[in-house]
Amino acid sequence: MVDYFAQFMPGWAAALLWFVLYAVILLVFALVNMLFITWVERKVIGRMQDRIGANRAGPFGLFQPVADMVKILTKEDITPTAANRVIYNLGPLVVVPPAILVFAVLPFSASITGVDLNIGLLFIFAVAGTATLGILIAGWGSNNKYSLVGAMRAVAQMVSYEVPQLLSIVGVVMIAGTLSMQGIVAKQAQLGWFVLLQPIAFIVFLIAAMAEVNRTPFDLPEAESEIIAGHHTEYSGLKFGMFYLAEYMSVLFVSALAATVFLGGYQIPFVPVGNVINNFLGPFVLIGKTYLFIFLTIWLRGTLPRVRVDHLMAFAWKALVPICLMNIFLVALIAPFISVTAANSPALAAPVAIVSMLVANAIMFVIIYLVIQSIVRRDRARVAEGTVPAR
Amino acid sequence: MLAQWGFIGVFLLIALAFPVIGLATAWLLRPKKPGPIKKSTYECGLETVGETWIQFKVQYYIYALIFVIFDIEIAFLLPWAVSHTALVASGTGLNYLPLVEVVIFVAILLAGLVWAWRKGALEWV
Amino acid sequence: MNPFVVLSFVAVAAVTIGGGLGVVLARTVFASGLFLILSFIGVAGIYVLLEAPFLAATQVLVYVGAVAVLILFAIMLTRRVMSGSTQDNRMNNQWIAAALVALLLFALLVGTTFQQWNLSQDSPPPDSVAQLGAAFLGPYILPFEIVSVLLLAALIGAIVIARE
Repeated sequence: MVDYFAQFMPGWAAALLWFVLYAVILLVFALVNMLFITWVERKVIGRMQDRIGANRAGPFGLFQPVADMVKILTKEDITPTAANRVIYNLGPLVVVPPAILVFAVLPFSASITGVDLNIGLLFIFAVAGTATLGILIAGWGSNNKYSLVGAMRAVAQMVSYEVPQLLSIVGVVMIAGTLSMQGIVAKQAQLGWFVLLQPIAFIVFLIAAMAEVNRTPFDLPEAESEIIAGHHTEYSGLKFGMFYLAEYMSVLFVSALAATVFLGGYQIPFVPVGNVINNFLGPFVLIGKTYLFIFLTIWLRGTLPRVRVDHLMAFAWKALVPICLMNIFLVALIAPFISVTAANSPALAAPVAIVSMLVANAIMFVIIYLVIQSIVRRDRARVAEGTVPAR
Repeated sequence: MLAQWGFIGVFLLIALAFPVIGLATAWLLRPKKPGPIKKSTYECGLETVGETWIQFKVQYYIYALIFVIFDIEIAFLLPWAVSHTALVASGTGLNYLPLVEVVIFVAILLAGLVWAWRKGALEWV
Repeated sequence: MNPFVVLSFVAVAAVTIGGGLGVVLARTVFASGLFLILSFIGVAGIYVLLEAPFLAATQVLVYVGAVAVLILFAIMLTRRVMSGSTQDNRMNNQWIAAALVALLLFALLVGTTFQQWNLSQDSPPPDSVAQLGAAFLGPYILPFEIVSVLLLAALIGAIVIARE
């Protein structure tokens, strides 16, 4: 594309034009998908609760998000007198950019990536980690008790779950030997999808990601029954819309990230990565896999109750972090062996990797199960004795 | 390589501009009829009592602190994770010395986590 | 030099210095904290222009994502600072000490700027992360392990102080 533009203008202008064009396309893609997710969520949750869901605007209510958008654009916007005006208005401006920026390194096919940074995965976590700032700013700037409590809760939760989320991908990085997103996808084509190699890390990642984007069962920061709407209680009109947008963008991105890192990204099983079919169908395959995870988040929302705050924190630090560390050391033992096998006999690489990793994960699962069982037994015995209250 | 980051820079500018443009459009379209009741702080219809910006629980701070420590640990672990497989598999046979070094690194920090756990610093009181 | 790089450097440096000025001049402590974060982001941009992307990402991950939260939480923990404004003593009454420190730092800055450093002529390595990892576990193993002890000390010290 850059070469095509370069016929009409100097090289730097061609590159810049391509950058802007691709960025806008990516932004529109993310926006359209985000709007579509809101519709999917209403429909699916509706069905789960034995309702029909949105069905007035357009066929199957498909234009409902558009109607919502028009409505939210024309709503009156209120800045509370008590709020710190500047910081209050800064909130929505800070919360959106990180949610958009992460899409820059997402690979849609072997030839379509914004940029394939060699620190791609770290870039994603670094940028996504700044989402906490917008929430703190919103919570503090509103000068509302619900907002501040909600913001503090949200940040404490996101911060606690960022650690297991990061640790769960260390194993993947170790097997792939790179932080580049394209590199990780290519490695999965060689060795098999990381969901097979790292099932426990995959589950930890999903749980942590769910907490990171404040989705049920980890939606304490927005627990309606206690703190109205958390950090965005005081926001109305499009300013609220920006928080809504950032939240659904994050859901979309985290699903796409899970699909890329654990489900082979854009690649189709048994079709080589460089293949024409894969290049053409890649983006659609990735979107399909992404919607698998989006459906899962909606399903969980329709099924699970909210967790309690002390359980939430204890789970991150006392369960997920130790499990991740155990996983990392297991991978550190096995990954070099796989790499040697791959170098000596490429055909054996995938079966050896999958079998050895599955066995290791099975052993790990048994250990985790036994430890949890013994803890539960001890706690039950204590409660029965009456020395500690039930929890 | 800087060209790659040029794209990130352009994308960052567009990502920053997007909410500004959106809010500016809304500012043009929306009605503006503020009133003292509308602009009062929302507290389920009651008057707010007391200050919002009060002193918070120390527990939040402790979690943030443990997070910082582990974040730095991960920043050190990632370069290891990238180079580990190649380091161990290089040369003849598998040389697990790097792994031992990292086990020591993590074990020291894990001791910190266990200590915090025992002290009850991870408890949400 | 590439004009785009120069332009980016000016922009990033302006963000860094502007953030730094904001920290000193902001009326509320919370706003000072936010300006500090802006400054952190500017520094990350400078790392990118120095072709040290790993350092830049780590800067954002650790400083903007973690240390910033810690600072803002610390502000919220301190009752007087949280609600009160520092407006009345923006030009702090300990200006003599402040001027001395500023002078010292400025001298240091001038010293490092005009020092003739031995600059490497090599282009930056394409995959610095793997080399960094190899360096951690090879020649720099002792500092690497000491970092761990340092972090442990920080953890214990902070928890003990916070629980007082």
